[in-house]
Amino acid sequence: MNTLQVTIVSMLVGAAVYLCGHLFGIGYLFFAGYTILQFVVLSTAWNILGGYCGYVNFGSAAFFALGAYTTVFFYKFYPLPIPLLIVIAAVVSGIVGFGMGYLTLRLRGAFFAIATLALAVVLQTLVVNWDFVGGSRGAYIVRSDTISLGGFTIEYIEYLFLLMMVVAILSIGISRAIARTQLGFGFATIRDDELAAEASGVPTLRLKLIATTISGALMGMAGAPFPYYIGYLQPASAFGLEYGVNSIAMPIIGGTTSWVGPLIGAVLLGSLQQLATVTISSAVNLLIVGLLLVFFVVVAPNGLVGLVQDHFKAWRKK
Amino acid sequence: MSALLHVSNISKRFGGFVALDGIEIEVQPGERLGLIGPNGSGKSTLVNCICGALQNEDGQVHFDGAPMNGLAAHERTHRGLARSFQLPRPFHSLNLVDNIRVPMLYTVHKRTGPLHADTVDARCVELLRLVGLDQKARLMPRDLTQVEMRKLELARAVAAEPKLLIADESMAGLSHSEIEDILTLLMQLNERGITIILIEHIMSAVMKFSQRLAVLVSGKKIADGKPEDVVRNPEVVRAYLGQ
Repeated sequence: MNTLQVTIVSMLVGAAVYLCGHLFGIGYLFFAGYTILQFVVLSTAWNILGGYCGYVNFGSAAFFALGAYTTVFFYKFYPLPIPLLIVIAAVVSGIVGFGMGYLTLRLRGAFFAIATLALAVVLQTLVVNWDFVGGSRGAYIVRSDTISLGGFTIEYIEYLFLLMMVVAILSIGISRAIARTQLGFGFATIRDDELAAEASGVPTLRLKLIATTISGALMGMAGAPFPYYIGYLQPASAFGLEYGVNSIAMPIIGGTTSWVGPLIGAVLLGSLQQLATVTISSAVNLLIVGLLLVFFVVVAPNGLVGLVQDHFKAWRKK
Repeated sequence: MSALLHVSNISKRFGGFVALDGIEIEVQPGERLGLIGPNGSGKSTLVNCICGALQNEDGQVHFDGAPMNGLAAHERTHRGLARSFQLPRPFHSLNLVDNIRVPMLYTVHKRTGPLHADTVDARCVELLRLVGLDQKARLMPRDLTQVEMRKLELARAVAAEPKLLIADESMAGLSHSEIEDILTLLMQLNERGITIILIEHIMSAVMKFSQRLAVLVSGKKIADGKPEDVVRNPEVVRAYLGQ
């Protein structure tokens, strides 16, 4: 399938889920679906830098929070429609991603990962001490229950779900497009061997900056509608451990070398977490992630996609 | 004729260790230069300085009439300077065709403008045929033998359409027939107009291949000339065999 076909199929699946929830009045579907889609965006965005280029970013929560606090800032300063906030959040997070890349990309491996973690700590400290966006007290976002879209009145959560679906489709489309282009080949060479990549003429530093910028921008886009979803945003929730951990675990479980891995990982793990939240407790979510992560690292280090590919190759050899 | 590569007075230190000490080397277009020296003599460091993987502290590298100092490795590749590595460094997640495709996309594209996908595919297959790997085009590097890996390494370097190719110990660890394979391949590449610097320990191969021989010992060039003269040079004999 080409990128256009992937986008159309994604839109059809999203539309089917939406219609199912809307027609049968299953409000929880939108509530849970929003979270899953949010993780689809985060894991896809993480994978552009972590999976394609091999640079592990522990600072996903920082970019997510940056998007969320961009919304809070404009909510207090001059309220704007959420789609516009998503675009602004993408620009802000993209710029920070570029800056982080510029400062840290001469580092590799654990040193790069630690630097990204430090970025999250620095940003959280700034937000905690910034009264205008609520500081450590947090900020309330008041939203209406319904919204009118093109003459149709729908629940606000449905609107948020639709917005996140658009962002998810966009991120999948971007990730898919990158994988099959010159940029994707360049990213793969960086992951495999940076010295050999340079010797082949690949401008590794420039490509890594492109990756940090795109990845950061998409993560910011995932965070922008979050204050409207949650209603009350505080630093602990925006910079939550679950965003950092899930955005790494989901691509690893799905498979990091293709665009489809993070999608599978996010849908699988996100659904499992939602199920655990309503049947047991949300407290077990990170435990589920941890156990699955250990299992996959040991049994299928290339994720579900790698596992299926290996089985397919073995079957073809028979 | 003006030199294709002119290395003048290059020095490189790692802390207190002097790896290169005022090296001077000129390579003429179309020439086959052998570069030899005992382990630790600075051959690979010199290659790294020429190709931009390391920045030299003193001296200048001029390639094709232009100064190279300060340019990143990929920019030097774009200008026609390619290398193969002592230990093959294939892109493990890409198959053989895609390994060859990378320098075409990033170097040849840059030099000649965008190439049609079919043209790139055809050139990849042609290069793999040249090194005898066309039947394995869709395999991954992990499926190759040691000599095939070396051939892939050379093919990838040649895919950048270089004016100068530096082959760093392309024959290490290979059998006699495999060495002959690589030698034949290097000769073919030279016949296509590519200037080649061969860094090698296998003297029979170096003598067969080189039109000129330069010898490095402890970061200094101690000899440079016709191979048969250089190997009789008392200083070279002393460096290799001891007093």
